[in-house]
Amino acid sequence: MDIIKLLVDVSYFAAIFLFIMGLKRMAHPKTAASGIKWAGAGMVVATLATFAYPGVIDNTTNLILIIAGTLVGTVLAWVTGKRVEMTDMPQMIALYNGMGGGAAGAISAIELFKGGEHAPVIMVLAVLGGIIGTVSFSGSLIAWAKLDGRIKGVLRFKGIQAFNGLTFLATLALGGYIAFAHGDATVVTAFFVLALFFGVMMTLPIGGADMPVVISLYNAFTGLAVAFEGFVLGNPAMIIAGTIVGSAGSLLTALMADAMNRSVANVLFSNFGEVSGGEAAEYDGEMKSIELADAAIQMAYAEKVIIVPGYGMAVAQAQHKIWELVQVLREKNVTVKFAIHPVAGRMPGHMNVLLAEAGVPYDIIYDLDEINNEFATADVAMVIGANDVVNPVAKDDPSSPIYGMPVLNVDEAKNVIIVKRGQGAGFSGIQNKLFFLDNSRMLYGDAQAVANDLIANAKEF
Amino acid sequence: MIEGMVALYIFMLAGFTGYEVIAKVPAILHTPLMSGSNFVHGIVLVGAMVALGHADSLLGQIIGVIGVALGAGNAAGGYVVTDRMLDMFKSSKD
Repeated sequence: MDIIKLLVDVSYFAAIFLFIMGLKRMAHPKTAASGIKWAGAGMVVATLATFAYPGVIDNTTNLILIIAGTLVGTVLAWVTGKRVEMTDMPQMIALYNGMGGGAAGAISAIELFKGGEHAPVIMVLAVLGGIIGTVSFSGSLIAWAKLDGRIKGVLRFKGIQAFNGLTFLATLALGGYIAFAHGDATVVTAFFVLALFFGVMMTLPIGGADMPVVISLYNAFTGLAVAFEGFVLGNPAMIIAGTIVGSAGSLLTALMADAMNRSVANVLFSNFGEVSGGEAAEYDGEMKSIELADAAIQMAYAEKVIIVPGYGMAVAQAQHKIWELVQVLREKNVTVKFAIHPVAGRMPGHMNVLLAEAGVPYDIIYDLDEINNEFATADVAMVIGANDVVNPVAKDDPSSPIYGMPVLNVDEAKNVIIVKRGQGAGFSGIQNKLFFLDNSRMLYGDAQAVANDLIANAKEF
Repeated sequence: MIEGMVALYIFMLAGFTGYEVIAKVPAILHTPLMSGSNFVHGIVLVGAMVALGHADSLLGQIIGVIGVALGAGNAAGGYVVTDRMLDMFKSSKD
């Protein structure tokens, strides 16, 4: 036990402590901003200590490659991360996650191409980490391309699940052969090509609306792959950090799927969205529209207004104007609250990020559970760019495809104002019963323009 | 460095730690937290550095440098986007 090795061990220990403390702080709104800085400090400590790791700096060429690779990766990711718009955050997380999966796959590849250097248990872990990391890599890239609009639509053909199942089994079989019989370079190459292919084929049939769940799943995958490769390299920092992310990510994935009233398996293997609701129910009555000035009066003289934002608000970049409107209303002593459905935005919490970006304080933003009983006491509920998450059929129509999904009780408010571009249905293709209720009024137009006009009108009262 | 059963114990305890850390999180922080945990597995960078440091063939060096660049990208990108998101969370009392 020489002093250098002790230094590395102590640094890794400190890094793991900082990671756990950082994640813990990130779990509370008040301390969240400092949490990432703790975790960041852990990463710097671990990375610097690794230069002292036995054998890492023995070969000058390899050392130069390490420094060059680290610099290139860091600079590229740093610059893109600084530039990305908040609305595009989900696909950026997918991209960075895919990189981590790729790195885990690369470690596995280096070990496997070397041949059977390890005990069978370690070889099995190297192979498993290789599959999971590689699938996370190619799958995340597809998820990124889909959310970024680079791949449109979904790829499905008859028997795709069976085809994918066979691909997966073939990958496993090759992996088993490598682990126990030490396959040569050709076999190892085929193994990684198959794993890459499987990641692509597994992700292509999944619709864009389900992508956040998939990204979260791949995040857990990457964590697990990192942990497995940590066992191969005997690196405790990788084992612990990877395992923590693996389990935290699995839980987060289940929470997200729950919020959509789906199981993770259903997200991965069903063809949701393909048959859009079958015969959509028709509702009696018609949608009634409201004039801007009337909507502004209703809000200005209300005691309590609850705003329900959806991804449509973010697409229209209306969050800043909405916050301005809220400030005008608050000056008139109107109580204003935001109600966020768990799947508003593109992933749970995404809408909170978008509102925070506009300057909305987090203590007037409420979860579904916190605010759902309050709609009955609200004078006005304003829905902006949200649709399925406020559809009352989820509560009372067992024949509806979204029956059972938790929805916001917007229909219970005295007046409902729905800001909407046109008369279309939501992403699930289901007609929204809310729009036809007696207390509902449609306010047609671009969300940002509408908000702007509401501000001007509300100021006059 | 870490042997058999001890490795399993570490695996189990770390698994519970991850679960507990996330279990009581309000939904408003789900996206930043997913991004934050995404950053934490950027630790794969140190593994890629070790693997590349020990690479003894051209193929190993090529794969290794790709792995290091990808790992560094995971860590740096994950940090920047998480930091940007969390920086915006403000209370009305601030």
